[in-house]
Amino acid sequence: MLGEGIIKGMAETARNFLGSYHDAARLTTVEFPEDKIPAKESARNFPFLVHDGEDAMQGLRCVACQICEKECPPKCIFIIKDTNKKPDYVGKLQFQPKVFDIDVSVCMSCQICVEVCPFDAIKMDTDFELGGSDRFGGLLLNKRRLAKPNSYYHTIHPTEAAEVDGRLAAEKAKVEAKAKADAEAKAKAAAAAAAAKAAAQTTPPVVASTPAAVVTPAK
Amino acid sequence: MIADLLNGIGLLLWRVVSDQPDAKGALLPVLPAVLQPVVSAVLSVAPIIGVFASLFALTTLLERKGLGRIQNRLGPNRVGPFGILQPAADGLKMLTKEDIIPRSADKVVHFLAPVCLAVPTLLAFAVLPYGRNLVPLDLDAGLLFFFAVGASTELSIFMAGWSSRNKYSLLGAMRAIAQMISYEIPLIVSSVTVVMMTGTLSPMHIVEHQAGFIWGFIPHWYVLTPWGFAGFVIFTIASLAESNRSPFDLPEAESELIAGHLTEYSGFKYALFFLAEYLGMFAISGLGVTLFLGGWHAPLPGLEWIPSFVWFFGKLVSMVFLFIWIRGTVPRLRVDQLLNLAWKFLLPLALINLVVAAVWHFTAVWTFPGALVVRWLLGAALIGGPYVLLGSALSGAKKNTLRVYRYAT
Repeated sequence: MLGEGIIKGMAETARNFLGSYHDAARLTTVEFPEDKIPAKESARNFPFLVHDGEDAMQGLRCVACQICEKECPPKCIFIIKDTNKKPDYVGKLQFQPKVFDIDVSVCMSCQICVEVCPFDAIKMDTDFELGGSDRFGGLLLNKRRLAKPNSYYHTIHPTEAAEVDGRLAAEKAKVEAKAKADAEAKAKAAAAAAAAKAAAQTTPPVVASTPAAVVTPAK
Repeated sequence: MIADLLNGIGLLLWRVVSDQPDAKGALLPVLPAVLQPVVSAVLSVAPIIGVFASLFALTTLLERKGLGRIQNRLGPNRVGPFGILQPAADGLKMLTKEDIIPRSADKVVHFLAPVCLAVPTLLAFAVLPYGRNLVPLDLDAGLLFFFAVGASTELSIFMAGWSSRNKYSLLGAMRAIAQMISYEIPLIVSSVTVVMMTGTLSPMHIVEHQAGFIWGFIPHWYVLTPWGFAGFVIFTIASLAESNRSPFDLPEAESELIAGHLTEYSGFKYALFFLAEYLGMFAISGLGVTLFLGGWHAPLPGLEWIPSFVWFFGKLVSMVFLFIWIRGTVPRLRVDQLLNLAWKFLLPLALINLVVAAVWHFTAVWTFPGALVVRWLLGAALIGGPYVLLGSALSGAKKNTLRVYRYAT
C-alpha cells in the first residue's frame, strides 16, 4: 500500500533516535580533541628525519646526498650541505645537512623521498596536528623540527623500524668484519714482509722489479 | 504614577500566566490616552517576535541535534554545555559576515526580497489563538487572512531568485513558485473541511468548537474524526511543501541548485531568509494545531488547570519535531514526482475529503446506539478506499524490470 515505506522508514529513524540515547555502541563518533584513536601502523602523512642517540643534530642519519631533494615531485625539500663531515653509523666520515627544510604545505605525502633514501634517514610520520597561526614559517619545518629519535620511529611503525634496524646492524657487522679481516690481512702481510725482510738480509734479491707494475692499463 | 505602572505590568503578567481575559486592560488605563494605541500594538507584536525568534533559535539547535541522533551522531556539542549556545554562535557568525551583492544584481529588489519575506510571515502570526484569551487579532476571516498573507511569500522568493541574476537562483525560484502554488490548493481544500464543520473562518471559534470530550476522556479534536485525520495528513504534507522543508526542499536542493534562491545571499539577509523559513514553518504548524489538534485545549479532562498556551506551544513543538523527524527520514522528491503528488493524489483526496466531511455532518442526526462508531467506520471507508485505489493506481503502474541496454553490452 502507498505510504508503507514511509512508515517503515519513520520507524527505523525513530529506533535510531531513541537507540542512540541508551545504546552507546551506536554512537561511533570519536570526539576528537579529547579522544583520539591511536594511528594505525600503516598510517603515513609527512616525512621526518631519523636520528640515533641522544643528540639529534649529531645523530642525524642524513648525509645530505640530496637524492630526495631531486626526486621530490612537488619540490618541497630544500637541502644545503655542510662543509665539515661527521662519522655515520659505521664510523665512516660523511657530509651532513647544514639546512634541511620541508615545506609541509607543499608536501603531497607521496613517500618517494623515503623510497629513494639510501641511508634510511627519512621516514614517514603519523603526526597530523600541524595546524598553526603562521601559514608560511609555521609550515616550513627545519631540521630541528624534523629530527625525531629512532625510538619514536619504533613506536609509530614497529615492524618497519625493526627491519631497518636489522639491515643497518647487518651492514655494520659486515663492515666491521671486513675491517677486522683487513686488519688481520694487514697484520699478516706485515708479518710476512717482516719475515721476508729478515730473509732478504741473508740472501740478496734476484729481481728488483717486475715490468707489469709500471705498465698503465689500456683504455 | 510609577507604582500604578508597576502594578499594571504585574497584573498584566499575572493575567497572561493565569489564563485570564483582558490582560491588556490591566495596563492600558494606567497610561495616558495618547500612548494607549501604541502600547497596545507593541504588547501584541513584541511577544510574537520575541517568542518565535527564540523558538527559531532553539529549533535550529534541536533540529541539528535530532538529525544527528537519527543518524547515530551526537550533533553540535561544542559551544556551551550540550551545545546550547550554538544558536548564539551561529547568529554572531551570520551578523558579522560580509553582505555580498552580485555586481549585475538588481540591487533594490535584491535588498527588498528578504524584508518582503519576513513581513507577511510575521503577519500570519497575528490571527493564531495562542491561548484561551491570547489572540493578537480576533479576525472573523482570520483563516482567509492567514492564507492570503501566506501566499504572498511566493512573491518575495521569486524576487530573490530574479534579482540575483544567477541561473541557480532563478531555477530555484521557479521551482519554489511551482511547488508553492501547487501545494497551496490541497492545503486550503483540506482546511476548508474544518470551515464546513464549524461554519466559521475565525481561528478562535474553530478552537472553541473543539472543546469538550467524547465519553469523558477522548478530546473532541478534529484529528480524531475520519475527515479530520485525512485532512490533517494532507495538511501536514502540503505544509511541508509550503515551508520548503525536506522532502520537498527542491527549491534549495543543494546537489542540483547550490542553494536555490538563497545562492547569492549572505550575512544578515541570508539569516532573514532562514528566519522567515522557520517562522513560516511555525505559523503553518500553529494553524495545523488550531484547525485539527484542538488548539490550546488540554488532551485530557484533568489537565485543564495547566495554562492553555502551554498546550498550544507543546503541540506546536510536537509538530516541529514531526517535521524534523520526516526530514531525517524521507529523501527529496523529483520535480515531476512532486507535482504528481500534489495534482494527482493530494488534490483528489482533499476533494473527496470534503464529501466525507459532508457525510459526517449529515449523519450527525443519527441517534441509534453505536452511531458514532458506525459514522466513524463509514467515514474511514469513504476516505480510505479512494486512498488505497488512488495509491495503487499511481504507484502500481511502475514495475521493476531488468534494464535492457541498447548499445552497451
